[in-house]
Amino acid sequence: MKDFAVVGKSLPRVDAPAKVRGEALYTDDLLLPHMVYGKIKRSPHAHAVIKKIRYDKALELPGVLAVITGDDAPQAYGIVPQAPTEYALAVGKVRYAGEGVAAVAAVDEETAEEALERIEVEYEVLPAVFDPVEALERQDVVIHAKAKNNMMYEGKQEFGDVDKAMAEADFVLERSFKTSYVNHAFLEPHSALAHFEANGFLTVYSSTQIPHYLHRTLSLVLDLPMNKIRVSVPMVGGGFGGKGEVASSELCAALLAQRTGHPVKVTYERSEVFAQHKGRHPCVMTMKIGVSQDGTIQAIDFDNILDGGAYGGWGIVVLFYTAAMIHLPYQVPNARFRGRRVYTNKPTTGAMRGLGGVQPRFAMESMLEDIAKELGMSPYDLRLKNAVESGYTTKSNVYVPHSEFKKCLQTAVERSGYREKQGKLPLGKGIGLAGGYYISGTAYTLYMSYKPHSSALIRVDTEGGIILYTGATDIGQGSNTVLPMIAAEELGVRADDIHIVSGDTQLTPFDLGSFASRVTYGAGQAVRMAAQGINKQLYEVAAVELGVRADQLICREGKIYSQYEPGPVLDFMAAVAKYIDAKGPLSAMGHYSPPRKGMKGVQGANIGQSPTFGFSAQVTEVDVDLETGKVKVLKVTEAGDCGQPINPMSVEGQVEGSIVMGMGQALFEEIKVSPDGRLLNASLHDYKIPTAVDIPEIDSTIVDSYDPTAPFGAKESGEGPIQPVIPAIANAICDAIGVRFLELPITPEKILQALKEKKER
Amino acid sequence: MKKLITLNINGQDFDLAVSPRDLLVDVIRKKVGLTGTKKGCGQGDCGACTVLMDGHPVLSCITLAVASQGKKIQTIEGLSEGEKLHPIQESFVEQGAVQCGYCTPGMILSAKALLDRNPDPSEEEIKQGIAGNLCRCTGYKKIVKAISAAAEKLGGKEEERVR
Ligand code: FES
Ligand code: FES
Repeated sequence: MKDFAVVGKSLPRVDAPAKVRGEALYTDDLLLPHMVYGKIKRSPHAHAVIKKIRYDKALELPGVLAVITGDDAPQAYGIVPQAPTEYALAVGKVRYAGEGVAAVAAVDEETAEEALERIEVEYEVLPAVFDPVEALERQDVVIHAKAKNNMMYEGKQEFGDVDKAMAEADFVLERSFKTSYVNHAFLEPHSALAHFEANGFLTVYSSTQIPHYLHRTLSLVLDLPMNKIRVSVPMVGGGFGGKGEVASSELCAALLAQRTGHPVKVTYERSEVFAQHKGRHPCVMTMKIGVSQDGTIQAIDFDNILDGGAYGGWGIVVLFYTAAMIHLPYQVPNARFRGRRVYTNKPTTGAMRGLGGVQPRFAMESMLEDIAKELGMSPYDLRLKNAVESGYTTKSNVYVPHSEFKKCLQTAVERSGYREKQGKLPLGKGIGLAGGYYISGTAYTLYMSYKPHSSALIRVDTEGGIILYTGATDIGQGSNTVLPMIAAEELGVRADDIHIVSGDTQLTPFDLGSFASRVTYGAGQAVRMAAQGINKQLYEVAAVELGVRADQLICREGKIYSQYEPGPVLDFMAAVAKYIDAKGPLSAMGHYSPPRKGMKGVQGANIGQSPTFGFSAQVTEVDVDLETGKVKVLKVTEAGDCGQPINPMSVEGQVEGSIVMGMGQALFEEIKVSPDGRLLNASLHDYKIPTAVDIPEIDSTIVDSYDPTAPFGAKESGEGPIQPVIPAIANAICDAIGVRFLELPITPEKILQALKEKKER
Repeated sequence: MKKLITLNINGQDFDLAVSPRDLLVDVIRKKVGLTGTKKGCGQGDCGACTVLMDGHPVLSCITLAVASQGKKIQTIEGLSEGEKLHPIQESFVEQGAVQCGYCTPGMILSAKALLDRNPDPSEEEIKQGIAGNLCRCTGYKKIVKAISAAAEKLGGKEEERVR
């Protein structure tokens, strides 16, 4: 453990006091003078041509200011800009039930709602499809003209010689898996407030993870230059990837504000959050793993059909992430992937915490367990044998600079008593192990660009103190706490000496956004570099004052002194005053660009490249009620490698949140779709997420780790820990009742059915 | 047709013109301007809109404003005394029970109602007490810990009282 003054301390979140007092302002809490309300009319049909939209009766209603339809903003957009498929409102046809077809601005929400009822839409209903495998076959359903067989994209990769390795393997196992349709269920519905100033300058306040991509998309869809638009992010009530794409609420608010001249706020109802969706891709996966007798993995062959829902979204990226995820955290010398992302007439899937990882991890970790049993090995030994270490390069040319994955496995196994319990518990009780990893940022931007992915500015003066400006966006994950801690450590001051301004495209320097677990690592590097820039300038003046060479100075607890011998001390702020007197204003910028690694000639091989990776291992204990089929997760013992935690309490929060979220997906979360494509449980009543009474005991350990490439050694911690959750539960259930479940969620009905079948056999 | 009503919120009377269909959450947020009360679902499913009415937790998104007259309504803004946080608020901050914070006001008020009626709850009782408040960020562990720590601070814990 390094000797840090600030890093590694569990400081309370900077925004927590305002949040517990109810004073923190989220987008829907904001009011502007003359503000009006926007509402969106949605299609009842899953697939239909829009023949005509009549809205004069809506406009006649007193208090209604404007109505817009898809024709008012016909520019397609997409988070992956090379393949834009989405519109602010449906253009020409709707592709899922719940898609927006028109939007209204009115003086209050009630009037806006009444106006929606007065809009008449004439549809010509088309045949629809809701299952991705079926969609590939259905010639009669054409969701997007460009996508033949409803296939949005097909990706293929092969590294090494899979056929040869399989033929030579001592044991080969093949299984098929299916995962469910899962929503992020963050607590704050999407909300956007747009406002045009008299000079035509647009400001959008929004609950988003990606102010930059929203900025770009507003510019595209409204046909305004980017420098006439500002995106500002108030407090965000959770995102988990669901606010990692532009939502039609944001575009409609801006379009209606443009049309009416009033500030317009659009806040979703909960059912609209489900229509916007962009949740986890349901996957139909077939995986084949070949091993040698000693348990060494020889090859993986993986076929994945991803249910994309109606539009493109993050789809192509998710597709290739599922490919990338089989290359780690175990050494895989030969790997092949075929993936197809398929359109269906459902709300679009997209990015959700640990995107692309959770589904293949469920398959792979379930299979490793079974392979170990087949070989007469402990599943733990098998994993340890194949686990990657620092300095490993995958067959897909992904370099892993740092890994303490083995330590994670060892710690989780030792702390849980896995070895003593596995295979030895009474019927109905079980224990399961799984490993996982995730990226700490990506190597590439979603559009071609060489600019730094993160940048930061620190300004210091005797009036405002130390102000850190960063484009990184706090969506509840705590970056507004962690980034000042990084700055404080480098500057040698206290964390609460630093004020942070973040998530604003006008006020803060560039940052790509809060996704891909990139903020602590990437924005952290930028912040650290900016702080180093301040020190360099400041120490030159302090050196004169102290009579010590600048390169020998350090600052601790706000005091600058020689790190080698006791002597005079200069207060940090006194040095700042001297600096400004002598040289003028003091500021410095920092930036970070990840290494642009990839693999020439291999489709999609840039995806999955990351400057470093976090790891996690979990041992989960369950109790399966043989009468009711109900699974109670009793205890999860987690050990994670997030490098040096900047704020351990925050890391624990990420781990605990991940475990409980993953548990929901493993056991009960699933959006149900009616035969005509309506969502049957688009509410928090019917779409169940874990409550406080469902939670297991959680024993989490941050293993001793320090990534030398990282800012103060820190890596991701918010998406790695969700990776092992589902397979660890599935493996524990298998240990408890001897049934291997291949489909999520593992509901009581499925368990009872399986127990019945087992008895009959 | 609007109706004139008086709501007592955090000890202060507010005269308000509301329609009979207006929900308490909207009146508190939009008419009174206390936006600490959150709306996560508007259907009584998430607990984000929890307020206390005569000390009992109530979901303000399924409560009519007109039916709330004559009651003492407490929102999150009425919990701290000036700058000083209520011990439950303090514990939430200290224990890391706040991430995005959207569930936090409702969670804290449910916790207050629980500790008012049961000053020394077991872990299970705490979990039951907040079972109607969803949180997607924290996994609840630190929230339960914060409530337990607050019970201790408030002197409700058995050993505290003996001393
Ligand atoms: S907003 Fe009232 S319970 Fe969700
Ligand atoms: S802290 Fe985000 S929902 Fe509870």
